[in-house]
Amino acid sequence: MAEEVIQSQKPSKPLVWNDPTYRALFFQVLVLGGVVSLGYVLISNTLTNLERQGIASGFGFLKGTAGFSILMTLIDYSEEDSYFWAFIVSLLNTLLVAGIGIFFATILGFFIGVCRLSSNWMLSKIAAVYIETLRNIPLLLQIFFWYFGVLRGLPSPGNSINVFDTYFLNIRGLYSPSPIFEDGFSLILWALITGFVATFFISRWARKRQQETGQQFPTFLSSISLVIGLPLIASVVAGFPLSWEYPVLRGFNFTGGFVVIPELVALSLALSLYTASFIAEIVRAGILAISRGQTEASYALGLQAWPTLRLVVIPQALRVIIPPLTNQYLNLTKNSSLAAAIAYPDLVLVFAGTILMQTGQAVEIIAITMGVYLAISLMISAFMNWYNKKMALVES
Amino acid sequence: MKDLIVGIVALAIGVAAGYMINDKGTQVASLEEENAGLKSQLATSSSAPAAKTGGQTIANVKKKGFVQCGVSQGVPGFSNPDASDNWTGIDVDVCRAVAAAVLGDSTKVKFSPLTAKERFTALQSGEIDILSRNTTWTATRDSALGVNFAGVNYYDGQGFMVRKSLGVKGAMDLAGAAVCTNLGTTTELNVADFFRANNMEYKLVAFEKADEVVAAYDAGRCDVYTTDQSALAAQRIKLSSPDDHMVLPEVISKEPLGPVVRHGDDQWLDVVKWSLYAMLNAEEMGITKTNIGTMMNSDNPSILRFVGKEGDVGKNLGLSADWSANIIKQVGNYGESFERNVGPNTAIKLTRGVNANWKDGGLMYGMPGR
Repeated sequence: MAEEVIQSQKPSKPLVWNDPTYRALFFQVLVLGGVVSLGYVLISNTLTNLERQGIASGFGFLKGTAGFSILMTLIDYSEEDSYFWAFIVSLLNTLLVAGIGIFFATILGFFIGVCRLSSNWMLSKIAAVYIETLRNIPLLLQIFFWYFGVLRGLPSPGNSINVFDTYFLNIRGLYSPSPIFEDGFSLILWALITGFVATFFISRWARKRQQETGQQFPTFLSSISLVIGLPLIASVVAGFPLSWEYPVLRGFNFTGGFVVIPELVALSLALSLYTASFIAEIVRAGILAISRGQTEASYALGLQAWPTLRLVVIPQALRVIIPPLTNQYLNLTKNSSLAAAIAYPDLVLVFAGTILMQTGQAVEIIAITMGVYLAISLMISAFMNWYNKKMALVES
Repeated sequence: MKDLIVGIVALAIGVAAGYMINDKGTQVASLEEENAGLKSQLATSSSAPAAKTGGQTIANVKKKGFVQCGVSQGVPGFSNPDASDNWTGIDVDVCRAVAAAVLGDSTKVKFSPLTAKERFTALQSGEIDILSRNTTWTATRDSALGVNFAGVNYYDGQGFMVRKSLGVKGAMDLAGAAVCTNLGTTTELNVADFFRANNMEYKLVAFEKADEVVAAYDAGRCDVYTTDQSALAAQRIKLSSPDDHMVLPEVISKEPLGPVVRHGDDQWLDVVKWSLYAMLNAEEMGITKTNIGTMMNSDNPSILRFVGKEGDVGKNLGLSADWSANIIKQVGNYGESFERNVGPNTAIKLTRGVNANWKDGGLMYGMPGR
């Protein structure tokens, strides 16, 4: 009886609205259509309302003359330049502080993470205190601490801390000599590039030889002498085509030379110290994830503590470390927008601050700013994913 | 391939649906404009942006029972909260005057402290009803931001403050100086223009909050603190030793400061404008907080018009007849507000100068209240 029923149902095709394929398609079309129409309504509503209230819109404002000055610029900038150029200047400042922050946070984080696992009681306790203190204080407070607390104690320009009349440290920044390149400097540059390229090939060749024959080559010493020695010889040949411009106290402030502003120092310090405390924990977790047997096996083979860590534990730990490390890099980059609180001229302060104020085009500017942060974050993720894939365990 | 077709179909449906919904949306919105009750309900439910405000603001304010006033985060004498969150200042008094005119009670004001950067967005989005936050009236702001300036309640100019120990005599001695100021203000542009015009080097350090500017200048990060002269006088009392600092004589810009309202609501613009004029006219006619009671029985026709015994200015504005009398009773005239908040007997010690009534040779001139 039951068999009969099944047989009688099988050949009849289900109705269209009962067919799972069509059903699925229908709902997908419905959802996608809904999302698109919501987006359309939002955008066209915004445009209509902006027009109705007589608020300027569009991206033409980027061509306008900026007219304001920026405290720190990595590329040439003056008040006559366009808003777009000011945007580029502030974007570079954001990238600079994010880059510096990531660099120091990584080094410090790895160091402290390893210290935390040290068998030395003192060292591991100091690392523990560091981590627990810094990761539990809000970042903005730490930025204020460094900027208004610590750097405020520096002397005025007239009473600068003077190092051999070359370096000057005061509340306006750290002033150092800046190089002036004369004719023939390109020779030194080429020598430096040659040094780096040669080092790259030598280390590759040395590694290959070591893997094949077991013979070691003093790669480190040879690289150092190539990278430093070649430019040195080149500069002797070219007759030292480099001179220095020294900072001089003139009127209120030092002029000439190269200056690192306190806003950059405070922000980089706060960002790297704060993020390092999180990275340290990630590194600790990564190392602890590697079974003790690996270390013991390495010791049994006669490797000492440092080579064991460097050659056996860390390469394996990196697989655990990289994904959460990526998160920290993204956090640091986004946290750099707190710069606005202490006048470091980053994207938020200059573009989403001054320029937004002067043009009043909040919708466009906030959209661009969000897009830029998104793009930076996606690029960091893409790079870290690539690195993660490279470090992944290859099962053969 | 099938996915692609599905995607394209969905996209087409989406755009079509969006277009239709939006069309309906505009219709709904225009219906809404007529339905003031519904509209004000929307506005009181916190963040609902009042996109269209043809005569809506006054109905909204009456409905919710208070005026939402955008002020600074603390500029003594202009808009500053005390320990128990009572706001005082001449900018605050403008909002109080509007509340007295519309609601008959100057205390029915709620304050939104805003940074310079946030202020116009807050006004555009309908978060506040009036922006009274020492805001300079400029062509760009008036034309591109969707706002209207309702008048001027303080004629200011940008100045410089320096340490006396620097030995600077005037602004032309400032070449090479580090300058601290507020982000997102006309100040930032004026100072750039000034130094460029005079071919002088400078370094501008711009902070988002006024308190951070003061702290950085106080710490010696900058040689110069620049902003409107009135604000310099107000912020100076926040420094660790105010007497070690001086304001240079030069004024490098015109900074007419006044209340701002949204574009597109002319009735509300009129109410704010005439509340301010009422304060100016009262000073001109000698009507004060103390004598307003006796002035009610005056036989001078222009005073009778002012207190609402004659004429129907109040009705035309959509207010009660005694709107201006309420302002003077509860807030006082412009001169009283000035003396109380920034005058010589306060810590800020500003003199009337160009802000005197026009009868005394100043620029404060209320349009005739007839």
